[in-house]
Amino acid sequence: MRVSFKQWAQKGDPWVWLNAGAVAISLVMVIGLLGLIASKGLVHFWPHPVLEADYIADENSRTVIIGEVVETEEVPAEQLRTAGVDVAEGVESLRRDLFKIGNRDVSGFDFRWILERDLENKRYPETVMTMERYEWGNFYGYLKAVKEDGKEVAVNDLAWAELQQRLERAHSIREKIEEIEQGQIGGINRGIERLRLKEKALQLKNKATPQRLLAIQTERAEYDAEYEGLQGELTALYGEINRDSLIASTMDGTVIEMPLAKVVKAFRPNQMNLYEKIVFYVKQVGSFITEDPREANTEGGIFPAIFGTVLMVLLMSILVTPLGVVAAVYLREYARQGPITRILRIAVNNLAGVPSIVYGIFGLGFFIYFIGSGVDQALFPEALPSPTFGTPGLLWASITLALLTLPVVIVATEEGLSRIPRSIREGSLALGATKAETLWRVVIPMASPAMMTGVILAIARAAGEVAPLMLVGVVKLAPSLPLDGSYPYLHLDQKFMHLGFHIYDVGFQSPNVEAARPLVYATSLLLVVVIALLNLSAVSIRNRLREKYKALEM
Amino acid sequence: MSDQTVIKAPELDFNTPQLLRYRKVRSLKDKAAEISIGMGGISVILAICLIFFYLLYEVMPMFKPAHMSQVAEYSIPGSDQLENGASSKTVYLAMEEQAEKAIRVTSAGQVVFFNVKDGSLVSEQALPLPEGVRVSSFAESAIGNHLVIAGLSDGTAIIFKHRYKMTFPNDVRVITPIIEFPYGDEPIELDTNGGAINKIVLRDSESALFVIGLNSNNALFSTYLSKEEDFLSGDVVLEASDVAMPNLNDDVVDMQLGPDLRWLYISTAHGKLDVYDLSDHEKPLLNSRVDLTDGQYQITSLELLLGGISVLASDSSGSVSQWFMVRDENNEYTLQKIRSFSHSQSPITSVASEHRRKGFIVGDEDGHISIFNATAQRMLVDEKVVEGEVNHLIIAPRANFLMFENDAGQLVLWAVDNEHPEVSWAALWDKVWYEGYEEADYIWQSSAANNDFEPKYSLMPLAFGTLKAAFYAMLIAAPLAICGALYTAYFMAPALRRKVKPTIELMEALPTVILGFLAGLFFAPFMEVHLPGIFSWLLITPLSIVLFGFVWANLPASIRHKIPEGWDPLLLLPWITVVSWFCFEMSPVIEQFFFDGDMRGWLTNDLGINFDQRNALVVGAAMGFAVIPTIFSITEDAIFSVPKHLSYGSLALGATPWQTAIRVVLPTASPGIFSALMIGMGRAVGETMIVLMATGNTPIMDVNIFEGMRTLSANIAVEMPEAEVGSSHYRILFLAAFVLFLFTFVVNTAAEFVRQRLRTKYTVL
Repeated sequence: MRVSFKQWAQKGDPWVWLNAGAVAISLVMVIGLLGLIASKGLVHFWPHPVLEADYIADENSRTVIIGEVVETEEVPAEQLRTAGVDVAEGVESLRRDLFKIGNRDVSGFDFRWILERDLENKRYPETVMTMERYEWGNFYGYLKAVKEDGKEVAVNDLAWAELQQRLERAHSIREKIEEIEQGQIGGINRGIERLRLKEKALQLKNKATPQRLLAIQTERAEYDAEYEGLQGELTALYGEINRDSLIASTMDGTVIEMPLAKVVKAFRPNQMNLYEKIVFYVKQVGSFITEDPREANTEGGIFPAIFGTVLMVLLMSILVTPLGVVAAVYLREYARQGPITRILRIAVNNLAGVPSIVYGIFGLGFFIYFIGSGVDQALFPEALPSPTFGTPGLLWASITLALLTLPVVIVATEEGLSRIPRSIREGSLALGATKAETLWRVVIPMASPAMMTGVILAIARAAGEVAPLMLVGVVKLAPSLPLDGSYPYLHLDQKFMHLGFHIYDVGFQSPNVEAARPLVYATSLLLVVVIALLNLSAVSIRNRLREKYKALEM
Repeated sequence: MSDQTVIKAPELDFNTPQLLRYRKVRSLKDKAAEISIGMGGISVILAICLIFFYLLYEVMPMFKPAHMSQVAEYSIPGSDQLENGASSKTVYLAMEEQAEKAIRVTSAGQVVFFNVKDGSLVSEQALPLPEGVRVSSFAESAIGNHLVIAGLSDGTAIIFKHRYKMTFPNDVRVITPIIEFPYGDEPIELDTNGGAINKIVLRDSESALFVIGLNSNNALFSTYLSKEEDFLSGDVVLEASDVAMPNLNDDVVDMQLGPDLRWLYISTAHGKLDVYDLSDHEKPLLNSRVDLTDGQYQITSLELLLGGISVLASDSSGSVSQWFMVRDENNEYTLQKIRSFSHSQSPITSVASEHRRKGFIVGDEDGHISIFNATAQRMLVDEKVVEGEVNHLIIAPRANFLMFENDAGQLVLWAVDNEHPEVSWAALWDKVWYEGYEEADYIWQSSAANNDFEPKYSLMPLAFGTLKAAFYAMLIAAPLAICGALYTAYFMAPALRRKVKPTIELMEALPTVILGFLAGLFFAPFMEVHLPGIFSWLLITPLSIVLFGFVWANLPASIRHKIPEGWDPLLLLPWITVVSWFCFEMSPVIEQFFFDGDMRGWLTNDLGINFDQRNALVVGAAMGFAVIPTIFSITEDAIFSVPKHLSYGSLALGATPWQTAIRVVLPTASPGIFSALMIGMGRAVGETMIVLMATGNTPIMDVNIFEGMRTLSANIAVEMPEAEVGSSHYRILFLAAFVLFLFTFVVNTAAEFVRQRLRTKYTVL
């Protein structure tokens, strides 16, 4: 049956199709966005093959180029002609590749665009080596030899196995060094700082008797002695770690020598089979999640950011849950249901729509500058003028976000309370229970899934919020975790790292955005996955809850 | 019959002591719970209200008027007698930073340092003047600068510096004033004939030291010492050169020299203000001559505002006018009147500029003192402080004290509380003519490297940017979200709806920092390259959807029926993906064909539209993405809950589904859609991270979709960490937050009320 367009249009079907199109576009956008983040984020850890090719810049220069092809695009010929590239007539566009050539210490830059027509003799040699380093980004080239104390111990083919073995040794030494530098020496520094504050506090309170000062003095001397000992140990370890080095050649033939202490890992991606690649991939993902960032956050892992986010969100939920529940119970069960309560309810509801930056500025002004500096005056006068709580930190960030998410918990809990049928409450009261008992034994247990939903939604919102945190406590790089083994264990006054802020900072403030971009995608992916899971669980809890009460209403 | 044994029911005593106690405990617990929950609930709600009041509390001080009060009055310190019996007069008065010590220079050449609080003498010394020579004029090298010059009655001048050494013996601050002669204590020769120097100006710039003196015959004399740094020793060597001075015909009232050593302002007795251009050292040029008073009044003094760009001319009618040199398109400067400040009817006797801000104080013959701010064009205080004239009015560097001489020969000290003079309603929301600009404009520029910078606190560009971003976001989000919601709620198969709705609502949970990151680093460069693709996509996609629908309608029924009704969006998913891919693949071709391979260049060169990579379109798309789920979800709920019998009735009367949807369902749900739009708008207005990352954050006012903007919220995020606590800047940022708070709160409340009304309406239906 043929339909003419006129007929079809008269029925209004084009409009219906357009509306369907709007749904479809929205879906394509959501799925496309998630797909984009996932693909860009996941690809980063895969061991990319390293391409080697002859690069002919013009007739008489022929060089070798080694690197990973990161991106390929078509460039209009016109654009190239204006840039001074010789493009034959009739050619519309040319393909060019973005090479990650690494070796920033040798060549000065990480990335390079190269026209594909200038490349010849493309090959993927098995022995080409990718090396992650603690400084200067990746290295691509060939391993020539491994040295110990300046003497070659293995060359060419034998060198690879030797290198892996010695790298392992270097890593174990490195771990020891880190343990001493961050754990033990860090502890000593904190101890000395504590002593300094103690001394100053004594003086402020006019209690600085000679005995007390002497006690502080001896303690300080102990720390100093301990520090001396550790310092000696460190010197020895540094000597050890710098024993081995490797010799490698780059794509232009430059031979460099590098101490193994500076190498994170070395691998030959072209040699790997699929299984090895998968193992490598899993390891890479693991180290991304568990390691500290390197090179101004553009490399390495994001563990401190994950840790900071989780800790802040935990503190926030500890604060927000009782407050939100109490407020909701009050509004629903105790307050007289009149116009004032209704207005209050609307007001609380609308606070969820107030921009988060407003909460941020409130947190900064009220909590930090007003309460925080008051706390400093009262409790930490010895540390002044350097502020303890009068500066952005974990505590204030948690409180600010608790305030921000309070409406979410209140609204969700209230909804849960309102869904509990009257009959249940009346039944309890009829059996002689007091109002408080009804509440505690009957109503709250039944409303608990709703409260959970509220708390989960609050956590999801808090985990993704960045704008207020920029004012009340996050930093791009925190020297230590806010929870550690030194007294008072939970450092509420410390600034912390945060996944969302990490994305903003690395993506927009870092010196080498291009190199850091895959990492940002990976971080985004992690954040999206966490938040999506939280939301989905909230939704499923809510649905289960609804089912449950449907049965009750029967 | 039978002996019935009556079984006695066991005695149940409800009032045993234990039970009584138990009940008491329970009722106590009940009361305790009620009280504690009540208190807890109320305090949580109060805490939330605190936000509102705290923001207000931070904002309020800006709109408080200034306030001043007398602190002390004492007779003028220092020995007062000249040799020939006439009493010496004050030529210079100044306070140091802490307003603890002050300096007074007399016409006899005495330098007197005294305590500000009680007028007690600290030290006194004489300037090295020749016998019988008096100080006939005096000037500071810049406002609040301690390098000063005294013009002498023998045609020479002497430069010196008063300095205040601060020491802390026993943790007590002690300020010791001293006098130094950085350019030597030899007088500088100005009038070689030995005529008294009646007016003098001094400028000490990095390149030269410039002194201009005027004698009683209205002849100008100058000394220009250029500073050259010696390469070897690094010492500064002064080298004298000649600068020709203009010839003046009229009697000179006052003169001032700009800090760039170029503009010489001279006011004459007939109310004229002349500006001479001294940039050519051989030939001074009269740049402008303006009549300030129409010949009715006398100019009483010329004073420079902080920074030396603006000139304040005060007159005998009691008004002050602000002037500065304005550059036009041809790079020519003319003197322009910027604004005027009327004080009282009495002639002005004394004007002093503030040392840190673009403000000034005015004293008159009638004993009034007024405090003004130039930028905000605001009179902060007007108070009668004394009977008789106010003379030698000065202000402390921190603008917290002012001091003057009254007719009775007493020094009077007043404390001033004037924290935020630069803020006024007009300064925040109206066009303001800032120093160095061609015309009045809306500008936001809160800080700069130099101290004499004029802060520009116009919230207009930020409010404009906020609305612009929100507008473009709504432009993208509203049609998609509303159309999508209409389809989902009304046409879509229920099974599909249960999947689609949570998926789109999941978008709402996406952290905006991720959207901002993608917009700034992925979409912005992508769009820049695929500009024609974007526009062709906007055009082609709707057409292609209609085309697809039409083709589908003409397919054989056997194929069509494989897809049940209401599952169409699934069909469209691959189609739209393909069409989008096609558009972006074709983008270079279109660009080649229509725009010579460079649409961006075509926009800029042929249409004259500026193009930023991170522009409003990018923000609109990203923020639209963030707003779609909000609007979608609420609209969908509103449409879905339209009572079904309404649409059934319409369909039964023969209307097509589309007619029913558009004529019956949509109008019924329209209040809900309205409230969805309001809430979406509220979200777009307050969004921070997306705008922060996806625009250049330049506070410009331009509707151009290809240019960026700065929003109120992004501005807070950018500037708050640097704002000094308690400063005007800090409070204005709080004001911005307060505006955002109020806006979103009002919008959301309105939306909520509309929604509640709708709910009642449905129950009636």
